[in-house]
Amino acid sequence: MRYQVTHITTYRYHEHVAVSNNLVHLAPRTLPHQQILDHHLEISPSAVALHRHTDWFGNLAGSFAIEQPHKTLVVTARSLVERQAPLPVESFLTPSWERVAGALGRVDPSLREVVEFVDESPLVPALPQFLKYAVDDFTPGAPVLTVALAVMSRIHKEFRYDSEATSVHTPVAEALALRHGVCQDFSLVLIGVLRSRGLAARYVSGYLETSPPPGRPRLVGADATHAWVQVHTGDATIGEDGWIDLDPTNDCIPGERHITVAYGRDFADVSPLKGMILGGGQAKVDVSVDVERLPDGDWDQK
Amino acid sequence: MGPQGLRSGWSRILEHLTPLGGEGLDHRQEQIRHLVRDNGVAYTANISSGERPWRLDPLPMAIPAEDWRTVCQGVAQRARLLEAYLEDVYGPQVLVREGVLHPNLILGHPQFLRPVHGVAVPGRLQVYAADLVRTPEGAWQVTTEHTQTPAGAGFALENRIVLSRALADVYRMGMVERLAGFFMTLRASLRALAPAHRDNPRMVLLTPGPAAETYFEHAFLARYLGLTLVEGADLTVRNDQVFLKTLGGLHQVDVILRRLGDDWCDPLELRGDSLLGVAGLVSAVRAGQVTITNALGSGVGEHLGLLAHGPVLCRRLLDEHLLLDAVPTHWGGADARAVVDPGPNDVLRPAHGVRAAPISRQGLSKADATALTQRILRAPQRWVAQTMPPAATVPVWTPEGLVPRPATLRVFACRDAQGRWQVMPGALVRVTDDQEQSFDRGGIKDLWVIADHPVEPVSLLNPASAPVRLLRGGVDLPSRVADNLFWTGRYAERLEDNARLLRAGLTRLADDPRSAGPALGAIAAMADRLGLRPKTRALDLLPADIKALAFDPKGDNSLPAIRHRLQRSAAAVRDRVSNDTWRIITRLDQDGEVPTDLAQAITDLDHLLMGLSALAGMGTENTTRGPAWRFLELGRRMERAQFALDLLRAVFIDTKDAAAGQEVALEIFDSSITYRTRYLTAIQAAPVLDLLLVDGTNPRSVAFQVARLGDHLTALPAEEDRALPTACERHIMRLRTAIDLTDAVELCSPGRAADLVAHLESIAQDLTACSDAITAHYLSHATARRSPA
Repeated sequence: MRYQVTHITTYRYHEHVAVSNNLVHLAPRTLPHQQILDHHLEISPSAVALHRHTDWFGNLAGSFAIEQPHKTLVVTARSLVERQAPLPVESFLTPSWERVAGALGRVDPSLREVVEFVDESPLVPALPQFLKYAVDDFTPGAPVLTVALAVMSRIHKEFRYDSEATSVHTPVAEALALRHGVCQDFSLVLIGVLRSRGLAARYVSGYLETSPPPGRPRLVGADATHAWVQVHTGDATIGEDGWIDLDPTNDCIPGERHITVAYGRDFADVSPLKGMILGGGQAKVDVSVDVERLPDGDWDQK
Repeated sequence: MGPQGLRSGWSRILEHLTPLGGEGLDHRQEQIRHLVRDNGVAYTANISSGERPWRLDPLPMAIPAEDWRTVCQGVAQRARLLEAYLEDVYGPQVLVREGVLHPNLILGHPQFLRPVHGVAVPGRLQVYAADLVRTPEGAWQVTTEHTQTPAGAGFALENRIVLSRALADVYRMGMVERLAGFFMTLRASLRALAPAHRDNPRMVLLTPGPAAETYFEHAFLARYLGLTLVEGADLTVRNDQVFLKTLGGLHQVDVILRRLGDDWCDPLELRGDSLLGVAGLVSAVRAGQVTITNALGSGVGEHLGLLAHGPVLCRRLLDEHLLLDAVPTHWGGADARAVVDPGPNDVLRPAHGVRAAPISRQGLSKADATALTQRILRAPQRWVAQTMPPAATVPVWTPEGLVPRPATLRVFACRDAQGRWQVMPGALVRVTDDQEQSFDRGGIKDLWVIADHPVEPVSLLNPASAPVRLLRGGVDLPSRVADNLFWTGRYAERLEDNARLLRAGLTRLADDPRSAGPALGAIAAMADRLGLRPKTRALDLLPADIKALAFDPKGDNSLPAIRHRLQRSAAAVRDRVSNDTWRIITRLDQDGEVPTDLAQAITDLDHLLMGLSALAGMGTENTTRGPAWRFLELGRRMERAQFALDLLRAVFIDTKDAAAGQEVALEIFDSSITYRTRYLTAIQAAPVLDLLLVDGTNPRSVAFQVARLGDHLTALPAEEDRALPTACERHIMRLRTAIDLTDAVELCSPGRAADLVAHLESIAQDLTACSDAITAHYLSHATARRSPA
């Protein structure tokens, strides 16, 4: 499947911003089931100190500064992505969750890139409440992926999707207590619960192709950024080096309609665009995402 | 030499100390207390609110040079080891790849800064400190290592300065290793860190600010090493370069000696909630445009769990045998049982918190012990257990005589310009009653390394070999510092003005109430104009109000409250305030007792006013006429002008008995004698108005203040070539014209009352506008903040 993704972030300030420093995670990663055919960033007004670097997690990060007074900042990321559905996974073939957690607790050089996703992270503190959630799903000896799928389904069932109830600043403890939130909250809760049992879980930021209601035309820009989770199965031959994607918002294993941008310990590691500004007064931010499925071969002419 | 050396050195020192006897030592201790107070040494610089002054013992701890060499070798090796460790952590991570270390020791540490992994920097460790205890067998062992922002070297130096004065006769025998050489090495090594080895690098010391526990040391070190003391808000990153925001514009910064915690340094890439850092700093480091030392992320070397791996690390990274052991340490990440069920003599410490007090299970209640176990079980990798040896004691001078107390040493090392590690020949000796690690408990001792040969004196202030370029001025004044100086000037003047007003009130209260009535009415009007008491307050409450304004520390506008604000803004620019000036400022509230009778109250205010005159005198006689002085003066002049205008309006607009009000005003303005010698008549409105508003020769008149304000504004560095006067200068011109054109006789003639009111109000408005313009032009500096997500 090929997608043209357009992600536009617009800041409107009440007063002039003198300087702004920004960090972006807007370029989709190259993965076994995902290729990036084109990606570029448009920034208005024009930026200085524009750099790209690969961050600790292997994501493509960018940084830039705007040093001319401005009242509006528009950052447009355009990505052309080829995405395939990953191979289906038999969850009963994965090791037991206790074995996976046990291996992560020992000094094992081969797991050095996994262990940091067990420990708490800035937005997912090790809350005692996590240990009390989904207790019944952690059946002794159960395969790790079976357990993770069960917890995901439970969150999907017990949590109410409510885009008004939370913001990106809502602490995970609040989302857990009130059983509501958006994809970010669902994901952080799932991460917290898995980590509380000694499993490795990471946060994935990306996009999801949405279908218009039946009989209606597709609305450009109606999509949004999306977030989900990966759990480590302890078996490097499964998924992406042992990692399997889980989407608690939609209760599914992500397929070809999910486009991965970046992953990290939580949202703080992969925030699509963050900035520090000098001046500006009141500010309004507007995000528009469009995930357009291209007919086969169409991108060749672009 | 060994014991021989000890005898020849220490015994000679003892020979000098013994004749002092108990009384002599008490006397020295008292002297030390005064020196410490006057130099403002404190662990918490937040003066007059919970500041704990340093308790420095008059007896130094002594160690012969030969024994010290062993300590030096061990400390230098450990510093080298951690340097190599940090290179690996932020580079190839072979220790994890080969399974030498558990990855959590690195990746689980909050100061492992992922954004700086792989970024090349000129050295990740420049200053290092280790806390040492001595076992009963006489061996030294490490309890804690400091690789992030090692604190205490400045305190050790300050201790030495104080003790070398209090025990000058002993110290001058020349048997004690000097500290200055260490700091010369440090300064030279910082210069060598400048990117592209710039010849004259600009170096700053980045502090979290006056609220930091060790702010005193930051200010002290900045002054001693010749660095500009800056806070995050003083710096800005433009096009990957770091600049200091000064009155003279932006100046590029090459080297940052930081005292700000790792993750607080850049709110963009590190801790997003940090208001102390500089947005874009990581990007500037990545671009190689600035050197931060110790390098960002060096705090990962402080993981207490590393102490359990010393010998292995030393073998793998340096291929050497470890010389200086750590106390037996068990990390919960490798062995959860060791921290859940520690040995009877073990203390528990958070693995990532070198400053947190160790916990002993022995002292805990059953409930607390259970709660602790629960906490540890949730994350055993965040804890270590350490088996503390019964620490060797040192004699401490107390009111009960000499008492043995356990002591720990903090020893400091820095990497010199050639990359070798140098250990400071001295230490901060912390005496503990218990296991408290904090600086402010127990007491402090200086450590004297007794040389086996006579010591040459060195001083950092006068490196004779280097040719010196003559410098004048100092446009390097950060805007924030200018702001604090401005307010220091304003508060000093406000304190003086209000004290004069209140003294006039107290004097009248002591007079016959019948004759003092009109004058008290005028004083009430003045206090109201100044907003010192609630409006429309009955006159008979005035005596109580005056007393409260003069002595109540809780009042908003009372003298103690203003004094506190003065001390706070002065403390924020402590590095720019001379020790003599600081002594005057701290002594403004010497006893703090509320006087019981009027005579005592008046005497107290006399004393306060004398102290303030001394402060003003330091300003005129002992301060170079740079921008710093000008901002102090701008504050003082602006405050005095506004005070004068308030008084004039109170007297000429609000007061019923004009003559009584004018007389009080002359007294407060210190102008009674001038008036009497000039006019030899009873007090009349026109000459009073002329003397206090228009007369440019009277240093308390409004005209005089406006003229000085104009002088200072003209002398300040201008931003660019500009054709038009600034808003500040325009306001001064208007004020000058309005005051010069005042015809006092005409305005004070019958039937012109409304014109007089209008004239005074218009001048007051222009003055306020001028003050606002100064703030807007020079002092307001927006703080960076997070853009909404």
